[in-house]
Amino acid sequence: MSVSLRESVQRVSDPHNLDASVEEVFRLMLGIECQREAGTVPVEKESVTSVVGFGGMLSGACVFRSGASTAIKIAAQMTGMEFADVDDTVKDGIGEICNMLAGAWKGKVPELAANCGLSVPAVITGRDYNLHVQAPEFQLHHVYRFGDRLFEVTIVCDGLQ
Amino acid sequence: MSEIRALIVDDSSVMRKIVERALRQAGLDALVVHEAGSGSEGIELLKAKPVDLILSDINMPTMDGLEFLRQIRAQNLAEGVPVVMITTESSEEHVKQAIQAGARGYIRKPFTAEQVKERVLPLVGAA
Repeated sequence: MSVSLRESVQRVSDPHNLDASVEEVFRLMLGIECQREAGTVPVEKESVTSVVGFGGMLSGACVFRSGASTAIKIAAQMTGMEFADVDDTVKDGIGEICNMLAGAWKGKVPELAANCGLSVPAVITGRDYNLHVQAPEFQLHHVYRFGDRLFEVTIVCDGLQ
Repeated sequence: MSEIRALIVDDSSVMRKIVERALRQAGLDALVVHEAGSGSEGIELLKAKPVDLILSDINMPTMDGLEFLRQIRAQNLAEGVPVVMITTESSEEHVKQAIQAGARGYIRKPFTAEQVKERVLPLVGAA
């Protein structure tokens, strides 16, 4: 029997799944409690974005974005190391965070857990760039806070079988 | 407890360090860790160094964790050595595939040190 989620967009796009995934990943891997927050992530000189693609039953991406100083703080919390700038280890750490967020999010919907694959993470650093997806099926865009730090997580779905 | 030689296979160096830290927190103090960034690197390492335990990610470029597992079984590398998959993939189908390929355990990322303790220590006689 073929599996379809076309009739279940509301279930797949339930914003609570994303909040629960973010809270779980940060609590278990970093020992940090995160809360969802209204507002936007402040613009820093440099920002760090990680993208993990979804393929299969759902196509799209999970995108993590923060300022460089927040990315450094997250990587430091993950590794117990100190970083002066966004080096390869910081990028690697942020890529893994995004990978776990994507995995945790799709794992909340059993059909996706089994029928949606993940790409390896890509990490982008720089400034003054925007992510734009043409006519997505749905998009979740949430900002979270830990301490005085803010970051955002976006789920973009551009195709659902 | 005698020394445990572990091979950690993950394309993320940060994740390899986190897994190593979790093993030590789980009580494996006498731990010697070998690291590989891909399945193919892991195979080359196993040809040169004996290990007591293998922990591998699934989703990796070059050679993924399931293919790595199939290859080490096909090449009779690390015979009898328990392999635990540590991965973001959590469906029953993925677990089934890993077990069929020869994995003895499965840990979903994100994980706690307690989960690592429960699922890994019994496999190396350290429970």
